[in-house]
Amino acid sequence: MARYVVDVMPKREILDPQGKAVLGALPRLGFEGVVDVRQGKRFELEIEGEADEARLDQVRTMAELLLSNPVIEDFEVHVADQTVAELAHQEGRP
Amino acid sequence: MRIGVVTFPGSLDDVDAARAVVRGGHDAVALWHGDADLRGVDAVVLPGGFSYGDYLRCGAISRFAPVMGRVVEEAGRGLPVLGICNGFQILCESHLLPGALIRNDHRKFVCRDQRVRIENNRTPWTSAYDQGAEITVVLKNGEGAYVADQPTLDRLEGEGRVVARYLEVNPNGSLHDIAGICNDRGNVVGLMPHPEHAVEDLCGPGTDGLGFFTSLVAALA
Repeated sequence: MARYVVDVMPKREILDPQGKAVLGALPRLGFEGVVDVRQGKRFELEIEGEADEARLDQVRTMAELLLSNPVIEDFEVHVADQTVAELAHQEGRP
Repeated sequence: MRIGVVTFPGSLDDVDAARAVVRGGHDAVALWHGDADLRGVDAVVLPGGFSYGDYLRCGAISRFAPVMGRVVEEAGRGLPVLGICNGFQILCESHLLPGALIRNDHRKFVCRDQRVRIENNRTPWTSAYDQGAEITVVLKNGEGAYVADQPTLDRLEGEGRVVARYLEVNPNGSLHDIAGICNDRGNVVGLMPHPEHAVEDLCGPGTDGLGFFTSLVAALA
């Protein structure tokens, strides 16, 4: 089992109202000097078999087709170091 | 004419759209998102709402509903398709229309009676209006800001494919005050305001929206 990560971010030129809302909230909490916040999405996919380039290509296709909208968003994919199951094991969860 | 209205899980305005279809003088045919079957209809309305809970992105999951495969196919052959609000978002996600709809720039849900100018009355959905007609219909959306890159905007403007434009107030941050657009053939129209909520004097801001549902007669006659 391998874990793949897809990070999706709104394109730079597209207004990000959610990021703007967070940016507005931070100074009210006393955090100074934050000049920009962009809010995106992270997907974690567990896929059978060892991680390889073919699987990564398949994840890229998923990102293009469904996980992102290329009109307004950019994405990056990578293989994660550990699977969710391994992380859970480390933390002592079943 | 028989006009199909698709119900997705989370559609809200399918019943109002069907009612508007009947007020426009047609038969309303209920279509189901899970059936890859258009039941031989002459046109299709994708109604407003929050299909699939707006999960992932508005319209992103609906795009792959079995019925949408048929809608995309038939739209390519000239079937008139009108997407209202969430329907407009689905048409953009399906790439039947260019661009995308993102969260309102002011970040609040907006619900108001909206002045709109009909800027293209050559589509099957707008032929009942005079070119440049100014109408008032309901607008209600949280993610209604139309965005597209500059070449796409230039093409839409240059080819007269901005079907409707907001007047007086830009309610959601849409680029070029765009309220609705069509594909290059003109048979597929996406619209953020809701003409189906303005077809009777009893409720809503009047009957200015009825033209969207009577136009088909004029267009196809």
